[in-house]
Amino acid sequence: MGRERLERYSLTGPENRAAVAAGLAGGAWFRSAVPRKRMKELMKRSDYPAVRDTAIWIGLILGFAGLGIAFWGSWRAVPFFIAYGVLYGSTSDSRWHESGHGTAFKTRWMDESLYQLASFMIMRDPTTWRWSHTRHHTDTLVVGRDPEIAVMRPARLARLLANLIGLVDVPVAFMLMSRHAAGRLTADEADYVPASERRKVYRTARIHLAIYAVTIALAIGFRTWLPVVLIGGPRLYGACLFYVYGFTQHAGLGENVLDHRLNTRTVKMNVVNRFLYWNMNYHVEHHMFPMVPYYRLAELHEEISRDCAPAYPSLWAAYQEIIPAIWRQLKDQEYYVRRELLPGAAPFNEPAPINDGRALPLATATAA
Amino acid sequence: MAQWIAACEADDIDLEDVIPFEHDGRDYAIYRSPDDVYYATDGHCTHEKTLLCDGLVMDGIIECPKHNGRFDYTSGKALGAPVLVDVRTYPVKVTDGTVYIDVEGDIPGTGTSGSPARAT
Repeated sequence: MGRERLERYSLTGPENRAAVAAGLAGGAWFRSAVPRKRMKELMKRSDYPAVRDTAIWIGLILGFAGLGIAFWGSWRAVPFFIAYGVLYGSTSDSRWHESGHGTAFKTRWMDESLYQLASFMIMRDPTTWRWSHTRHHTDTLVVGRDPEIAVMRPARLARLLANLIGLVDVPVAFMLMSRHAAGRLTADEADYVPASERRKVYRTARIHLAIYAVTIALAIGFRTWLPVVLIGGPRLYGACLFYVYGFTQHAGLGENVLDHRLNTRTVKMNVVNRFLYWNMNYHVEHHMFPMVPYYRLAELHEEISRDCAPAYPSLWAAYQEIIPAIWRQLKDQEYYVRRELLPGAAPFNEPAPINDGRALPLATATAA
Repeated sequence: MAQWIAACEADDIDLEDVIPFEHDGRDYAIYRSPDDVYYATDGHCTHEKTLLCDGLVMDGIIECPKHNGRFDYTSGKALGAPVLVDVRTYPVKVTDGTVYIDVEGDIPGTGTSGSPARAT
């Protein structure tokens, strides 16, 4: 049962066609009513917050790298490289995300520059992942359509745990880079990357592979691990926080729904975590209104909170729900966490039984 | 042949903003630039069928509210992924405080300006 259920997540399988036929693909999603005047204020772009935050971020990365290099060969280097690794291998995800949406900066080239840098750091092809993320926003957690469902039903637990230190992601990233450098996409990628965009994928893969080849050559030539610890390695030893944050977004929630309040979490975090995660913890708000830059999401949260279930008060509170839910889904793949809306909130957008979050097999559900 | 349709009053649109207009079952987006020039495009993004009127107008660009795809609304030109197809633009004129668009104006968004109009 579990294996059959997992096969439904393929973008090239029958579930993709069934989702399209059932009207789940490109569906009409719920959005809270926010006056146009207020939304214009919230969408407004500025370079200042992201320039400030990016300067701090890059400054910290360079600072910790410098201290790690200074103490190289001593145990005193370890804490500096842990900090460097987490900034490189985990927080590059949120920079990738915001700049990929083009909302971090007002100036376009700044977004694009950060996007290219963060894509390299997190080991994602900037083009395929731009299209992957576009699909994720169109069909969030729609089985057979969304290529970014991190925690499936049942969860691939060994894979998830191994990825806390990048043990699956990194080899897969190098396999994909090699495939792209050879001028080929995977079948899933071919489903969402337009033909006109593919040349960029192949060129970028060759550039990234060349950088890694030089890194390894330096390590061998100078007989030191330092180049690998600085470039590429952090995606292994610094990846933990990437997943700790990332699982809070959707894990354990409803699938095949058309309401982000049923499949997405907003989690309150302290100021350090919000800096590291660039406010991606306001994830319901982000999915409902992707135009709002990260530095206005807290205000958007206040604007639409009347329509939403209460935000989780902490990461700990979120994981108190996520871990039991994932555990239960190992045996019961129809189970999902369904939250209660506040009194007076707009009701959940569930136009058909297939939108109730269980993600029943579509043929069965549509016949019911 | 031109078919001018009254779309809205000039003051219905704030400076640097967009409003929707529907005519004969088709959706349009009417823009007013910061220097008080009016433009019109198809109402939907060419990437997925999302109404552009909910998007952000900034520096001559309309940004789609769904995936942040950007168009130059003065020419209809698509400015990069995820929008790869230009949006059609329409000629606009402003007469006695009313904004008209030529819904038959065949100006596919290929970089050709859809005859913008300044309020008089």
